[in-house]
Amino acid sequence: MRPQRLHVDPIACKAHGVCAELFPERIRLDDWGYPIIDPIAVPRDLMVHARRAIAECPRVALRLAPVGEEGEHQRDPA
Amino acid sequence: MTAPVRIRRTAPARLLPATPAPEGITAHLATFGERPPLGAALIDELERSGLAGRGGAGFPAGRKWRAVASHAQRAWAAVVVADAVETEPASIKDQTLLALRPHLVLDGIQHAVEAVGATRAVLYVSRANASLVSALSAAIAERPPGEVTVELRAAPMRYVAGEETAVVNRLNGRAARPSVVPPRPYEAGVDGHPTLLHNVETLAHTALVARRGAAWFRSVGTADSPGTALVTVCGAVGAPGVHEVSLDMTIGETVDAAGGAGAEPLAVLVGGYFGTWLHAAEAWPLGLNRLALARAGAGLGAGVIAVLPRSACGVAETDRIITFLARESAGQCGPCHMGLPAVSELLHAVALGRAGLRSVATLRRWAGEIYGRGACRHPDGAVLLLRSALAVFGDDLERHARGHPCGASRHAPILPTPALPAGWR
Repeated sequence: MRPQRLHVDPIACKAHGVCAELFPERIRLDDWGYPIIDPIAVPRDLMVHARRAIAECPRVALRLAPVGEEGEHQRDPA
Repeated sequence: MTAPVRIRRTAPARLLPATPAPEGITAHLATFGERPPLGAALIDELERSGLAGRGGAGFPAGRKWRAVASHAQRAWAAVVVADAVETEPASIKDQTLLALRPHLVLDGIQHAVEAVGATRAVLYVSRANASLVSALSAAIAERPPGEVTVELRAAPMRYVAGEETAVVNRLNGRAARPSVVPPRPYEAGVDGHPTLLHNVETLAHTALVARRGAAWFRSVGTADSPGTALVTVCGAVGAPGVHEVSLDMTIGETVDAAGGAGAEPLAVLVGGYFGTWLHAAEAWPLGLNRLALARAGAGLGAGVIAVLPRSACGVAETDRIITFLARESAGQCGPCHMGLPAVSELLHAVALGRAGLRSVATLRRWAGEIYGRGACRHPDGAVLLLRSALAVFGDDLERHARGHPCGASRHAPILPTPALPAGWR
């Protein structure tokens, strides 16, 4: 399977913060409580935590997608 | 210092008429002749022309037409949308083009309709410009028979209302707010149909490529950025307004074409309010083409070139723009509707000398953290502007942060930041 990374739907997300609690290896919160997701792929041994974060999000705002299919505006030009 | 002798370079006027008077259908046909029936063959010609979108993102027009055509089918026909919302406060190029040469844009719309097999076409204009809306309705009425009738729709005056998913949402009866992609409009847009959405200037260029060909289009500009572009030059220049430039010109030559710098320049804002501040000395020799601007971390964006004089304060100007952008958040994504007001408040405190160097460090951190986390690129634009301001006006910002706001902070605003009406419909 291709490497996958986590994505958040920024419109659906309402800063409950459950994801950062369940998956601190890839998710931290900004100063307003919204998740900042590490863009690198989730390794196999951490996948169980990623799936738990997805399942527990009260807004169903998290998903996994293959790296490179995240939509063009996710790149940082800096 | 003696002023250097400047050779004023002017671009060939392709889109703008020699005299600024509106052209009706008779004058239009006298100038350009009949619209050639090219159908889908125009897509190849557009790809050869290298025309890039003039609405801000700079996406290759030919590739966009090809993508829409391949998604459209006989039973699920495409929709063409011409975007002239132009809510960028410093930009008037799209309204100017539509006022002077409405039929060139309408020609481009018909070419697009025929090339991608569309059955519907919409011209989406800000409702703030009521006289333009009625002039366009008159222009549509004098189009030749046999064309798809262009629907004229009025857009709310919100900064993000011209963003492509916001346009599609409004045309689908919802609020003019952006939504998460995918799907992009070329896949599923107006009423779920594949939608070809272009800025009106881009469509006017396609009408000229249809008549004169790709080689003609490429005869000015650079290999990477061929053709001419409309820019709105404002701030401390002799003749502010809309100018047509060829894309092999520099920013300095563009300012010269707009009457030259009216005062000693400090910095230039390139692109628009989602654009980039550059030191005047760096900006002047810089080419307008995509590669040259990208190397400087900038882009032509919505075609705004704003010259800030040395008598003005870049920190205060940026403070006002960020406040405007924060107010114009669609309020949907946390990093934007929470982050931008926080950035705006802190930057304002620093500008007034009420917040110290630690706050400048916080601004730098927020600029990095907010980027790329909205459904649309509104928050990205705001923090990229902030980043460029931190780089260009960094020393001045530190003096402000140490409690010494410059005298220039009280200078009258160079860049307009209007209070836009609140509605989203």
